[in-house]
Amino acid sequence: MSLQPFGSFVSPWREMDRLRREMNRLFADLPASAGTAVPGYPAMNVWTNENGAVITAELPGVATEEIDISVVGDTLTLSGTRQPTELPENAVAHRRERGAGRFSRVFRLPFPIESDKVEAAFENGVLSVALPRPESDKPRKIAIKAG
Amino acid sequence: MANETMEVQEAQKQEIAESDAERTRQRLAFVPRADIYETDDSIVVVADLPGVDEGSVDITLDNDVLSIEGHVEPQVLEDYCLAYAEYRQGDYQRKFSISNKIDGEGIEATVKDGVLRLFLPKAKPTSRKISVTSG
Repeated sequence: MSLQPFGSFVSPWREMDRLRREMNRLFADLPASAGTAVPGYPAMNVWTNENGAVITAELPGVATEEIDISVVGDTLTLSGTRQPTELPENAVAHRRERGAGRFSRVFRLPFPIESDKVEAAFENGVLSVALPRPESDKPRKIAIKAG
Repeated sequence: MANETMEVQEAQKQEIAESDAERTRQRLAFVPRADIYETDDSIVVVADLPGVDEGSVDITLDNDVLSIEGHVEPQVLEDYCLAYAEYRQGDYQRKFSISNKIDGEGIEATVKDGVLRLFLPKAKPTSRKISVTSG
């Protein structure tokens, strides 16, 4: 309630501020990942600079021969298969949280990719794909002539 | 079944909910997804911990509680800017209470391609069954 003694300065935003803080507190209790939709598996991060991009993805347990990386123009397609955990005979499963199956993601970059120089590395379950830009497409510095 | 595309939930890692015992480091921590199965003589845990190698994972068995802790140095590419991120990196932590008695000496753990495999052999029963004959 905003009953204030007469004479003190009451900010009209005080109620709004209080409401905002309460809403923040309400949403802070939810796990941070609730509501963010990831458009498919695997989740990917994209790092860029003026020379190109590097795309990283977490693919634990996927064999490198089961990952397909193809580059066409400015589009990267990452697909493959993740094998399910093999259960020996007469084993009883307590939990099955790791998904398995085919995955495919298409990523379009804002610049063309030099497909000859694409390199990919897979370490500890993290795939890194380096996508350089062709020389002709790199930004050029334009000199300003004096006078 | 192998032709189905992966579910969307799989791509998101689940953060741990800080309950009673908080972590000392103020770093992000995730709950690794795990498959657990039991055979006649062992329990096997297979968990996804991408970014972890054999030196950065700690496994302890304390009474009946198995703790898995994995440490990941966040990957930072120098000279590059992170333009778009769908996942974050952080440590992994998960605890399981193991119902059977486990033979602590025979636990084996391997890490390959970010997947931890824990082989927990069950302890041999120490009680002896006594047969009853008539007469």
